[in-house]
Amino acid sequence: MKIEDENSFDGLTDKEYKYGFVTDIESDSLPPGLDENVVREISRRKEEPEWLTEWRVKAYHHWTTLEPPTWAKVEFPPIDYQALSYYSAPKQKIDAPKSLDEVDPELLETYKKLGIPLGEQEVLAGVATVAVDAVFDSVSVATTFKKNLEELGIIFGSFSDAVKDHPELVKQYLGTVVPYKDNYYATLNSAVFSDGSFCYIPKGVRCPMELSTYFRINAANTGQFERTLLIADEGAYVSYLEGCTAPQRDENQLHAAVVELVAHKDAQIKYSTVQNWYPGDKEGKGGIYNFVTKRGHCRGDNSKISWTQVETGSAITWKYPSCILKGDNSVGEFYSVAVTNNMQQADTGTKMIHIGKNTSSTIISKGISAGKAQNAYRGMVKVAETAENARNFSQCDSMLIGDRCGAHTFPYIDINNPTAQVEHEATTTKIGEDQIFYCNQRGLDTEEAVGLIVNGFCKEVFKELPMEFAVEAQKLLGITLEGSVG
Amino acid sequence: MALLDIKNLHASVAGNDILKGINLTINPGEVHAIMGPNGSGKSTLSNVLAGNEIYEKTEGEILFDGKNLDDLVAHERARAGLFLAFQYPIEIPGISNMYFLKAAVNAGREYRGEEQLDAMDFIDLIEEKKNVMNLRDDLLERAVNSGFSGGEKKRNEIFQMAMLEPKLGILDETDSGLDIDALRIVSDGVNALRSPERSFLLITHYQRLLDYIVPDFVHVMVHGKIVKTGGKELALELENEGYASWVGEEGP
Repeated sequence: MKIEDENSFDGLTDKEYKYGFVTDIESDSLPPGLDENVVREISRRKEEPEWLTEWRVKAYHHWTTLEPPTWAKVEFPPIDYQALSYYSAPKQKIDAPKSLDEVDPELLETYKKLGIPLGEQEVLAGVATVAVDAVFDSVSVATTFKKNLEELGIIFGSFSDAVKDHPELVKQYLGTVVPYKDNYYATLNSAVFSDGSFCYIPKGVRCPMELSTYFRINAANTGQFERTLLIADEGAYVSYLEGCTAPQRDENQLHAAVVELVAHKDAQIKYSTVQNWYPGDKEGKGGIYNFVTKRGHCRGDNSKISWTQVETGSAITWKYPSCILKGDNSVGEFYSVAVTNNMQQADTGTKMIHIGKNTSSTIISKGISAGKAQNAYRGMVKVAETAENARNFSQCDSMLIGDRCGAHTFPYIDINNPTAQVEHEATTTKIGEDQIFYCNQRGLDTEEAVGLIVNGFCKEVFKELPMEFAVEAQKLLGITLEGSVG
Repeated sequence: MALLDIKNLHASVAGNDILKGINLTINPGEVHAIMGPNGSGKSTLSNVLAGNEIYEKTEGEILFDGKNLDDLVAHERARAGLFLAFQYPIEIPGISNMYFLKAAVNAGREYRGEEQLDAMDFIDLIEEKKNVMNLRDDLLERAVNSGFSGGEKKRNEIFQMAMLEPKLGILDETDSGLDIDALRIVSDGVNALRSPERSFLLITHYQRLLDYIVPDFVHVMVHGKIVKTGGKELALELENEGYASWVGEEGP
């Protein structure tokens, strides 16, 4: 069959990773290596209170007792944690910029190239719908619309600022969803996290714009460990989006982030991710190791947390955005598109933990595998004894493009209450040259054909994304899968 | 000028020579039928014309509407007005028939320098064409060919042809597996599309189809060559006598 021939469908050129450039900016980094002193030094540079320093140190000591997890269906050589640098901050001409005018123009230029609007005027000229917190390497460099949000009592900005300005809130919530002992990568993050975003929506406030964090890894040989903490107080609503890119480098880079969400009574959090870290080249050289712990806690009754993720980048993705449904009638949702091409590997899915009564969860997972990539869905639905009338619906669909890739589904179901209703559906479809030829014969070129098929497959998830990001996600999928048939 | 002009066409698949010198001229408005036993190369001919890269053209020339087909890849041939109704229409999961057709129709319009159809115009076009093929609305909503019966798939092929309005429609054994009612519907659909500008190439085993779609010319293909050409009465002759006399002549 022609499908064995890597050069068929010659007309399709592989598009380069568009965000692979490196910004030439001076940075202030710690030398490679990790021990208690490094942890303390990170905390000192960030002028953190003692309780936080000690929390980090506890996490570090716990981490030294752990082994990296090996259960995921991914393969990579062991990471030398002593070869990584754990802190890199762009050296700004003025410390801690107070407004956008003071942000290093090189940095603003970088975000402009990435298509992230940081100039508020530009955005204001159009319809302002998104407030952005930009994180460059480990440090938050700019947050837009901070003032407008403050008027509503919304706190949105860098994690570091929150530690300084709202230490009581940080102390109250940090580690309450993902404890520092949670898992290998989350524990490492707890010890060395450098920055990230913090968001608090007060009681009864509906956040009027999308909040967005944009992560950019720039420095070489640096791990990126951000921490995001998002709290929706009683009756609050927020829609949050994160995006990420990194330069093209031959070495693998580690990204071990933690995201904690807390939804109080009647609150709703919608958290969307478009992940486009550098995936490595066709032979699998370079790329980001994306080992991320994301979890939401539906703490109050009638609360709702919804995860939507579009994962197209990274050499390896290890990520399970989860919901703990503690409040009665609380709702958890997980909508995911994970695309792997060439040598990419993804082991991703979710956990829905039903504790409260009448809790319900929905899982829609779409895995697309092309090239020689491996794509695994791993999901757990757990219904505790206390969870009367819990409901879950899971649907896991896999699509294989070509015949050298793999798709795997690992559903775990653990039911401890007889009133539970749990449904699981799974399908696998394969796209080969015959489907493509059929589309060609109707006048669609190969790129359009793959785009149509893939977008059709993913539309249930895309419709969950905020409009402008749905468009972006569709384009991203097209680029990721270009040249994948053949 | 001929719409399709095939000169000394040789083609192979996986290193096996299948077509061994085909000559065929189709003028605008003509309906040609190619008949022949299994393995004679009929389907290879339709795939080579449509530009399926699994098949390799090794010799000869094909001119379509004045263009050398060597210069056009599959989707360009389709946009230029060459349509193939597949013998085994393939299922394409995840994309609705309707959406697929809209993309296909607009790809053709773009090629011809016509304006893109918006959703409303497109629905009007669908309404106009679907009744001819007796297609149920839910088949339009469903993923392309997914869960369609054999007859529905074939009807859907002709429906697509009606939507795309090609210059040349190649029907690759569209009649195989159809019951008599479905055969009538498919044939009516094709006949409705006949016009002085549009030509058809019918590939079939059976004379039966030609009772419904009456051809101007019938060709007999054996061992990768056209061994006899005649009018519609040739099909009846074949029905009575079979292919044995020709198959014997050359040997396998």
